[in-house]
Amino acid sequence: MRFDVRGHPVYAYGGSRAFDRERPSVVFVHGAANDHGVFAQQSRYSAWHGMNAVALDLPGHGRSGGDPLASVEALADWLRDVFDALDATRAHLVGHSMGALAALECAARYPERVQHLALLGPSAPMPVTADLLAAAAVNDHVAYELINGWSFAAASQLGGNEVPGVWMPGNAMRLMERTRDGVLSLDLLACNGYTNGVEAAARVRGPTLVILGARDVMAPPRNAKALTDALSDVRTVTLPDTGHALMAERPGEVLDELRKFLGPSPAT
Amino acid sequence: MERGGHVYSRLSNPTCAVLEERIAALEGGVGAIATASGQAALHLAIVTLMSAGAHVVASRSLYGGSHNLLDYTLPRFGIETTFVDPRDLDAWARAIRPQTRLLFGETLGNPGLEVLDVPRVADLAHAHRLPLLVDSTFTTPWLMRPFEHGADLAVHSATKFLSGHGTVIGGLLVDSGQFDWNADGVREKFPTLTEPYAGFHDMVFAEESSTAAFLLRARREGVRDFGACMAPMTAFHILQGIETLPVRMARHIENARAIVGFLREHPFVSDVGYPELPTHPDHALAARLLPRGAGAVFSFNLRGTREQGRRFIEALRLFSHLANVGDAKSLVIHPASTTHFRMSDEDLRRAGITEGTIRLSIGLEDRADLIDDLSRALSVASK
Repeated sequence: MRFDVRGHPVYAYGGSRAFDRERPSVVFVHGAANDHGVFAQQSRYSAWHGMNAVALDLPGHGRSGGDPLASVEALADWLRDVFDALDATRAHLVGHSMGALAALECAARYPERVQHLALLGPSAPMPVTADLLAAAAVNDHVAYELINGWSFAAASQLGGNEVPGVWMPGNAMRLMERTRDGVLSLDLLACNGYTNGVEAAARVRGPTLVILGARDVMAPPRNAKALTDALSDVRTVTLPDTGHALMAERPGEVLDELRKFLGPSPAT
Repeated sequence: MERGGHVYSRLSNPTCAVLEERIAALEGGVGAIATASGQAALHLAIVTLMSAGAHVVASRSLYGGSHNLLDYTLPRFGIETTFVDPRDLDAWARAIRPQTRLLFGETLGNPGLEVLDVPRVADLAHAHRLPLLVDSTFTTPWLMRPFEHGADLAVHSATKFLSGHGTVIGGLLVDSGQFDWNADGVREKFPTLTEPYAGFHDMVFAEESSTAAFLLRARREGVRDFGACMAPMTAFHILQGIETLPVRMARHIENARAIVGFLREHPFVSDVGYPELPTHPDHALAARLLPRGAGAVFSFNLRGTREQGRRFIEALRLFSHLANVGDAKSLVIHPASTTHFRMSDEDLRRAGITEGTIRLSIGLEDRADLIDDLSRALSVASK
């Protein structure tokens, strides 16, 4: 689906289903240098089981226009504008990595708008190593290679994708390579500069699901502890043998956790 | 298909999936589909991308089976092909029509070993908003990774070097994930990927995945409906072969170089076509694109009659007289009467094949034994 936010076109994958205002909506927010496709399985399932799936391409990413936003706070405000553009008073919000930070901040700022909050691979803070920032700043391919090398657990590097025939690290690399110059750098700076995560978590009112990868070296589970401690109504799930690319490495388990969390869906 | 996993073995199964991911990793692609044969992989690529009314531009130096499919069979289904000299970039450009949907060539042409200038042909394809598909059977990822040179899709007959022992038949279709099917000027050319598909819940494959749309459609339509899937036991054998691919390829190349050196000095051999030789038209290109070697399949011409050619082949003892290539055992064939026998004389000439052309596939045996065998057979034939 396509709609405008702040005068710029926004693309969101809706699982090949028309948006229906009578249905609950679940908004998916991707991470740095990614697009809607990282939530393909989870969003498609939602769309075919009673919900509107809104898997966004963030500004300057994928098929959405505009420039990438430079801070997590700006992303949070932009998500509120997405809700407005969809005429959605409330919606479920699911974010991964940088998208998890944006979803967290959005839920803290606009608690009346976020029904359920799901944070996949969050970290508070989310510091980015200087070498990675430096490589991204000059659009060096090494930045993608570092991220890819750190994003998948060892077993996932070797194979075993639940989506037959798709090699996870190769697919993730190609997706990052499609981002425009400068986008990854801005995204990483936004993650690195966000220091408000624990405070934001304390302001979240609704129920929150946190899904962590036990082998995540991009956002290690220990870095999410302060965040989960600050959330008042939280369920934390740690997936074994899983890295940062949770939705690719464990699509079925991530989906099952989201289904349990978001509750029974109306009949399709 | 709301969840991942294997639901029906024609569509996917765990053993084939391991092979698919492995070849994708070796090629540097996003994924792959294992098929019943290399021929099935080529067919799957074409029917995933286009329908009746579409057009392909292909190198004329192709495996005979590929030539049959493009020249004789696909026109019956409304898909036409223009064949061009793979070395003539202007010919590639001139052949492109508004209906063209694909450029196709072999990384090493069959049987003349024309080295496809993948970077330049890929640039041409992309300038026309088209993908380039290459057949990498002769090179394998050990000799060339065509995606690094700009190719968008690759097919392999895994029957050959990848499995390595001539014991199974299989193909692989690999997607680089580099071609943007949804780009301006592209999306309207490929409605199979960019418009809703009623046969799969109105999925728009290029929306479902920015990077793997081609593979999704190929599996969810092509493999599902045409059914040319790989048997899992075949995948197991090919996986076993791939485990030794680097060791075998190095030996194939060493042996091939030794035999090329022997043949080019033999008085009964008029010429040897091998891209590492300075006399080969693609010598410089091979040095650039194939630094590890120019393969282990090559052709040479005898100074003699067609009857002497027959005597040569029949006198060989170590070489097996087979149409296969890429086997651990050395193989010999007479293309004009076997692999390319359906081609007209004119097409044969254009493909660089004469009545006296002999094609060898050099195996892993002791190279001194191979040279002894060739030496004796040449002696028999020359009398």
